[in-house]
Amino acid sequence: MSAPTVVAASRSSRLAWAAADTWVVARRHLWHLLRRPDELLGTLMIPVLAVAMFGFVFGDALGAAMAVPGTEYREFLLPGLFALTMAFGIGNTTIATAADVRGGVLDRMRSLPMSPVAFLAGRSLADVLVALVELAILMGLGVLFGWQWHSGPGPVLAALALLILLRAACSWVGILLGLLVSGPEAAMKYFALVFPLAMVADTVVPTHLMPGWLAGPAGWNPLSATVVAIRDLFGNPAGPSASWVADHAVPMAVAWPLAITALCLPLALARLRGLAR
Amino acid sequence: MSTDRRDAAILAEGVRKHYPGRGAALDGLDLAVAPGTVHGLLGPNGAGKTTAVRILATLVRLDGGSARVAGCDVASDPARVRARIGLAGQHAALDEVLSGRQNLEMFARLHHLRARAARRRAGALLERFDLEAAADRPVRNYSGGMRRRLDLAVSLIRGADVLFLDEPSTGLDPRSRNEVWNAVRELAASGTTVLLTTQYLEEADRLCSRISLMDRGRVVAEGSPSELKARVGGSRLEVAVPAGRDLAAAAGSISAALCAAPEIDPAARRISAPVRGGVGALGRLARTLDEAGLQADDVSLRRPDLDDVFLRLTAGPIREGKGR
Ligand SMILES: Nc1ncnc2c1ncn2[C@@H]1O[C@H](COP(=O)(O)OP(=O)(O)OP(=O)(O)O)[C@@H](O)[C@H]1O
Ligand SMILES: [Mg+2]
Repeated sequence: MSAPTVVAASRSSRLAWAAADTWVVARRHLWHLLRRPDELLGTLMIPVLAVAMFGFVFGDALGAAMAVPGTEYREFLLPGLFALTMAFGIGNTTIATAADVRGGVLDRMRSLPMSPVAFLAGRSLADVLVALVELAILMGLGVLFGWQWHSGPGPVLAALALLILLRAACSWVGILLGLLVSGPEAAMKYFALVFPLAMVADTVVPTHLMPGWLAGPAGWNPLSATVVAIRDLFGNPAGPSASWVADHAVPMAVAWPLAITALCLPLALARLRGLAR
Repeated sequence: MSTDRRDAAILAEGVRKHYPGRGAALDGLDLAVAPGTVHGLLGPNGAGKTTAVRILATLVRLDGGSARVAGCDVASDPARVRARIGLAGQHAALDEVLSGRQNLEMFARLHHLRARAARRRAGALLERFDLEAAADRPVRNYSGGMRRRLDLAVSLIRGADVLFLDEPSTGLDPRSRNEVWNAVRELAASGTTVLLTTQYLEEADRLCSRISLMDRGRVVAEGSPSELKARVGGSRLEVAVPAGRDLAAAAGSISAALCAAPEIDPAARRISAPVRGGVGALGRLARTLDEAGLQADDVSLRRPDLDDVFLRLTAGPIREGKGR
């Protein structure tokens, strides 16, 4: 049995190889999901329960506080839950990345002539593709719960693009955290930290109903920019716009994720190199 | 015979590695492995074998000294090293959720094989390591031995110039172990250099043309298996003294017959002593034992094996926590 020989990659084709490697790594994570579909269900549990709790249990009360009927509150709520789901993805990414560091698969990949960034970019690509599936399911459920968009295909696609951009940024946060924590167990314990990030934002409760000292940070939460922007793009009701961010929601919904990625990606790469110590 | 340093496939000179708070894991490791040979790395737990392999495979950076693999420097040119090596680490590095076939195909693609070639290669390796029946089951349902075999198969995806195997046959049944040994022999015959660590001295004896015995981060002895055995002396006589006979008296007469100081193990009631002086000594010995009333089936003559080398030349397992 003779082993195949491999053509050495030339400098010019390096980028092509990095892209190919990224796809191979991403496909690995997608295979995981096919073999363990319950993981996707687990991720969707929080937003689905949130629709039930906030939409129907507290919906009328929150709607009354906003001086709108419960149905209109649910129109307000769903875009917030879309963004919240993107943020909760940080937990999955962190745990999965930490498990890879622990399990030795990362070591093996580091001993291969593959591009090191592909290990990280593949994870991020898979996250984004899975997020599309999550959003499709959530939007379907949303329609069942009485949510709908009131705009044309252009703005709807733009809203989806903003959500995906947010998920990509969250993915890089998760990758960096996964490389920093001591293991998947630790990652699970930190998971609760996602809650304030997801809730102290213009997601389920409009910021003007929060205590004054919280409204400021909530407005500047990266999630808020995305939520305000997509509410507008979907044509869904929004709370009274009070902050500078809310007035510049679309550019901020692009700027925040890009800034987060620009910070986390190089840090994650440096950390990956640092694993060799 | 010592390897010419210039054409060595693996060359480590004074390699040092220090883990914060743990003392030196490698303390001036020297290693030279000739191309196309199987070289064994032996040593007690914590001696630094895995650290050595990980440094040579570019997974861990060295703190001092230098190392070259397949002619490329591991510190300054890790990418070139990676293109020429295969590695099966001490713990299987597999994706537990994917099937054996998916693992092989994925790593083959990451070795930059085209899709069709990757599929073919995966099929061939599954066949070679007797994993076809389980090929499409998730790895987490594999037995320990199947996992090891798959891990080894992954490390053989590409015809590497240098292959690192960290305890390749730990946890394998005799048949699988033979399979692994045959694979290693075939690879060496086709020109691959293999560096393997092992706790099975028989494995080192049968597979390796040279052995480096490590202790506390450095090589304490190096040579072919027979050279190493010669270092700990010739054959030894072992006598089991039946209960009811005087151990000290038996030791005294053995000592007189062999002109050598015997070692006495009172718990096992065994006496052992080096045998020198050829047949004459054995004649005297036979008479002495007879007079002492010991039966021949209590007596055995044993050539030293690598166990003796190991026990004689290394200081035993290193306890964690103690400063070294
Ligand atoms: N990542 C690490 N961080 C800190 N210390 C380490 C690390 N890896 C190894 N060590 C220490 O370095 C020393 C050598 O370890 P190594 O794993 O190389 O030994 P070994 O010869 O492979 O042992 P074994 O036979 O048990 O596999 C040990 O004292 C170990 O505790
Ligand atoms: Mg080891």
